[in-house]
Amino acid sequence: MAESKRIFTFLLRFIAFCTTLSAAIIMASSREKTTVLALSVEAKYSDTPAFKYFVIVNAIVSIYGFLILFLPSKSQLWRLVVALDAVFTMLLTSSISAALAIAYVGKEGNPNAGWLPICDQVRKYCNQVKGALIVGFISLILYILLFLYSVHKALNPLLLEKS
Amino acid sequence: MALQSGETLAMLVGNIWSKPRSRYWTLLGLRLLAFLAAAAATLVMALNKQTKTFVVGTIGTTPLKLTLTAKFQHTPAFVFFVIANGLVCMHNLVMIMVDLVGSKFDYKGLRFPMVAILDMLNVALVSGGANAAAFMAELGKNGNSHARWDKICDKFGAYCDRGGGALIASFLALASCFSFLSSPYLNLSTRRPIVLFLTTIINPKPQTIFISMDCSNISHCICLVFQMYVLLLLL
Repeated sequence: MAESKRIFTFLLRFIAFCTTLSAAIIMASSREKTTVLALSVEAKYSDTPAFKYFVIVNAIVSIYGFLILFLPSKSQLWRLVVALDAVFTMLLTSSISAALAIAYVGKEGNPNAGWLPICDQVRKYCNQVKGALIVGFISLILYILLFLYSVHKALNPLLLEKS
Repeated sequence: MALQSGETLAMLVGNIWSKPRSRYWTLLGLRLLAFLAAAAATLVMALNKQTKTFVVGTIGTTPLKLTLTAKFQHTPAFVFFVIANGLVCMHNLVMIMVDLVGSKFDYKGLRFPMVAILDMLNVALVSGGANAAAFMAELGKNGNSHARWDKICDKFGAYCDRGGGALIASFLALASCFSFLSSPYLNLSTRRPIVLFLTTIINPKPQTIFISMDCSNISHCICLVFQMYVLLLLL
C-alpha cells in the first residue's frame, strides 16, 4: 500500500513536471509574422510582460519539479517540500491568472479603452498561447493535488490516520 | 515528526487558541489586517470611476466634445479582482468570528481541517485576483506597441491612481493571508521544544476541546454552513 502510494505520487510529480515544462516551451515558441495592410506584424510572447512572467514561472517550477523527483523518500527534506509546494502553487496560480487576463484582452479586445482584438490577425500565435494556457491549467490542478497530498502526508489535517 | 496523537497536530493547524497568548494575538492581528486590506481593495476598486470630456474637433467655432468614462466594469480582470477581494474579506471576517467565539461550539473536530482548507482557498483566490489586475493595470499604464493598444493612464490619471492603491491593498492582504496560512507549518518544521511543550499542554485535556454543540442535528448544521460558504464562493 505504501509502495503503490509512493509510485503514484512519483508518477504525479513526473506528469506535473512534464506539463509545466511543456507549458513554458509552448508559450516561449509562440511566434508569428504576418503582413496586415502592407505592414509586417510580428507577435511574440515577449511582447507582453504577462506571458514572459508565465514562461519564467513555469520554467522555475519545472526545475523545482525535476529536482524533487530525485529526493529519496525517507529524507527529512519532505517537510521543506510542503512549504515549497505551497509557494510554487501560489506562483502558478498568479502566473496563469495574469496570462489569462491579457489573453482575454487579446481575444475579445476592450472597446472601452480602444483596444482591438489581435487574434484575427495572428491566429496561429493565438492558438499556441491558448494551448499553453490549457497545459498551464492542467499543471496548476496537478500542483494543487500534490500540495494537498504533501500537507496530508506531513501533517494530518483530516484526522484520517489513527495514531 | 513523532507526535503523540494525530488530533493534537490537526488542532495546531486549524485552531489558534491553544497556542501561547502572544502567538494568538499575532495571528488574530494578521487576520484583521487581511480583512481590512481586502475590504479597502474591494471598496476602492468598486468605486473607481472617472469621467472625462475630450475635445475631438471643431465645427466652425463650436468644439465637438466627447465624454468618456473609465469604470472598473469595463475590464473583466478588475471585476474578478473586486469579487475575489470581496469574498476574501468576508472569509476573513468569518474566520475572526470563529477564532473569537468558536470555543463555545464545536463540530467534533471537523472545523479544524475546514479552516485550514478554506484558508488555502482564500490565498489562491486573492492571489489570482491581485495578479490578474496587476498585469491589466500594467497594460493600461504602458500600453502595448506591438498590439497597437494605447495606454490610458495619461488620460485617466485618477482612475489609474485609485486602481494602483487598490492593488497595493490587495497585495498586502495576500501577504498577510499567506503568512497565517504558513505560520503553523513554520512552527512544526523544527523539533524545537516549543512544539513538544504545545503538544503536552494540549494533550492532557482533549475533552475540553471537543465540546459537543447543542444543535439537534450536527451534520445538518455542518452541511448548512458549508453550503452557505460554497454559495458565497460561487457568487
